[in-house]
Amino acid sequence: MAAFESLSNRLQNVFSKLRGKGKVSEEDVNEAMREVRLALLEADVNFKVVKDFIAKVKERAIGLDVSKSFTPGMVVIDIVNKELTELMGGTQSKLVKANKPPTVIMMAGLQGAGKTTTTGKLAKLLQKGNHKPLLIACDIYRPAAIKQLQVLGEQIKAPVFSMGDQTSPVEIARAGLQHAKENGNDYVIIDTAGRLHIDEELMEELKQIHQTTKPDEVLLVVDSMTGQDAVNVAQSFHEQLELTGVVLTKLDGDTRGGAALSVKAVTGCPIKFAAMGEKIDSLEPFHPERMASRILGMGDMLSLIEKAQSNIDAEKAAEMERKMRTAEFTFDDFLEQMEQVKKLGPLDQIMDMLPGMNKMKGLKDMKVDEKQIGRVEAIVRSMTKEEKIKPELLNHSRRKRVAAGSGTTIVEVNRLIKQFDDMKKMMKQFSSMMGPKGPKGGKKGLKGLLGKNMKFPF
Amino acid sequence: MSFFKKLKESIATKTEAVTNIFKDGLSKTRTAFVEKVEELITRRKKIDEQFYEELEEILIGADVGVNTVMQLIDELRVEVKKRKIEDAADLQPVLSEKLIELMKGDDHAGLRMAPSGITVILFVGVNGVGKTTTIGKLAHKFKSEGKSVLLAAGDTFRAGAIEQLEVWGQRVGVDVIKQQSGSDPAAVMFDAVQAAKQRGVDVLLCDTAGRLQNKTNLMEELNKIFRVIQRELPDAPHEVLLVLDATTGQNALSQAKLFGEKSGVTGLVLTKLDGTAKGGIVIAIRNELSLPVKLVGLGEKMGDLQPFDSEQFIHALFAGLIQREAADESGIKAE
Repeated sequence: MAAFESLSNRLQNVFSKLRGKGKVSEEDVNEAMREVRLALLEADVNFKVVKDFIAKVKERAIGLDVSKSFTPGMVVIDIVNKELTELMGGTQSKLVKANKPPTVIMMAGLQGAGKTTTTGKLAKLLQKGNHKPLLIACDIYRPAAIKQLQVLGEQIKAPVFSMGDQTSPVEIARAGLQHAKENGNDYVIIDTAGRLHIDEELMEELKQIHQTTKPDEVLLVVDSMTGQDAVNVAQSFHEQLELTGVVLTKLDGDTRGGAALSVKAVTGCPIKFAAMGEKIDSLEPFHPERMASRILGMGDMLSLIEKAQSNIDAEKAAEMERKMRTAEFTFDDFLEQMEQVKKLGPLDQIMDMLPGMNKMKGLKDMKVDEKQIGRVEAIVRSMTKEEKIKPELLNHSRRKRVAAGSGTTIVEVNRLIKQFDDMKKMMKQFSSMMGPKGPKGGKKGLKGLLGKNMKFPF
Repeated sequence: MSFFKKLKESIATKTEAVTNIFKDGLSKTRTAFVEKVEELITRRKKIDEQFYEELEEILIGADVGVNTVMQLIDELRVEVKKRKIEDAADLQPVLSEKLIELMKGDDHAGLRMAPSGITVILFVGVNGVGKTTTIGKLAHKFKSEGKSVLLAAGDTFRAGAIEQLEVWGQRVGVDVIKQQSGSDPAAVMFDAVQAAKQRGVDVLLCDTAGRLQNKTNLMEELNKIFRVIQRELPDAPHEVLLVLDATTGQNALSQAKLFGEKSGVTGLVLTKLDGTAKGGIVIAIRNELSLPVKLVGLGEKMGDLQPFDSEQFIHALFAGLIQREAADESGIKAE
């Protein structure tokens, strides 16, 4: 939420008065914890969960030796972050496998949480591990829910078992399981109808499906945008069904996702997967440490770093860095760099992962249009080899040719060249700042740079 | 006459059936929210820091949102000082008044209908909030009012979405304009508006695919849908309704804001209010973005979609308080 600056900033403010002090006093901690509390509440973590959590962190923070650390705020954030990560499950967990196949997975949750979609995604994930999942359509209530599962099944070529919407879900589940045994499916995923956790009749039905099929995994599908009520929902489902895990959906939105913490705290069940997009293969293992920094509003740096590591060629990156430092950056390098960035995935997703990006002025309104990147690429590719190396060659008539060749206008070509020049200038400044004597301008210089010159050429 | 008494009398003039739908649908909200406040007031007789903190927690627990709650508590502190209130029980009416003030806003809750010709209503929202279901229920409502209705299957993305709307069309007995799954939703809207013109229907309800508000390209698509409708029928869409799930937390604010920017949202539909969720986010949205709630979903039956009536909402929410105040007053008279 834009109204709230990031937790780290606010904590820094609290601790700025603390300079010179050796130890954090109880009062300091109290003040800091108030900020942490607000951040957690703002992220939709249930207030009871917040209360317990704060008490725990407080205990660890009081009397902490901060004389050696440069920023006591960071020390506290570190504690908060570690505690949060631990609370959310420590390490990621995998799906259980039954001794005797098929392994039965049952999906449950409120209406609109994303059960059917997740069922499809989970099946896809299992297929990648060379399994043969069977999907059972037990949502006989919502119009076209069965059809939805069938379409998903078709997309990923997984069989879907259905008996129409006139048979009881318990019966469908039983018959579906039998079908799986006869056809050698090693996993069975039962999609159930969404229901309110206070709807006794429908909860009873779920219990019966549970008794009939004896699932190895009972996954609660939770919308990551859920508010304070997540606690009640998770608790009721857990009491009725003995959940074994949680799937968090719609995490590709801009929610901070405090519900994750609430659900974990009341059920004790690990969050096994996170759904991160509209595509069928967008179900990912859940990473508690990333979720922790997201809830705290500190961005998803880890995910970005991991993505970058797996996609960016280290040698090329080193070479690029050298070029940047010596400012002998050409349009060829520019193209290269764009290719690298594109490998990371949709740009707006990358932007989202950077801490503070959504709060930076100017950047907030910046729309990352993939098509625009394509146009930029076309412009650069329409230049001759010589022009790419020596952009200063580009006079009016050459620019006109480039525009015609790339199907753009001369205005766009001009803009790109201008931005490229700016970028080069910025790099020069950077390299003088990052010289052997270390950062001269410090943070302030960087900030000024970002504000004035840093324009993305696309 | 006290505020609650006025409210009660105003409610009495309304049909009992509707009042009951609100009361039943909101029973969970009531127990979870109002009773907690009452319990707090009877338990803590004095107004001190502890009291404020607990009150804060109750409000936040209803998803009212940190910003709005802080504002409310600050206002309460001022009132307490001004009126020299010491007893927690005396604070109750002040709190109720403040809450109601926040919730009421300006009251033009009814749907805006075209003075003549076709009324077009566009439904937008994130995934899984209940857009299609709301359209089905609303179609039923219009149909039973004797209006001719047409549905546009603009969710061409999600598997089974078109079929889901078709089933609703069959149930209610209205036609659905559709194309194939995966086609351009703006094209579907174009067809639908043309068909609506040709057939001279009263109401066209347009479904769209659920989308998260931070997906720029999908939001642009929504903007295109909006423009196509506007181009084909000036004045339309007459309403753009953002469908919100009552269980949603603070992200609803971001939804209201971003959907508002891209598709000119004119009002909200709050669904699934019959759960334990308290829909407190409505207060936050009212407070920070001043978007009126036009419809509320209070149950799974066709008739459970109701026009939002802030008086009914407040009455149902504060039924306990109203009864008590009424009892107090008759007690005074008896003395």
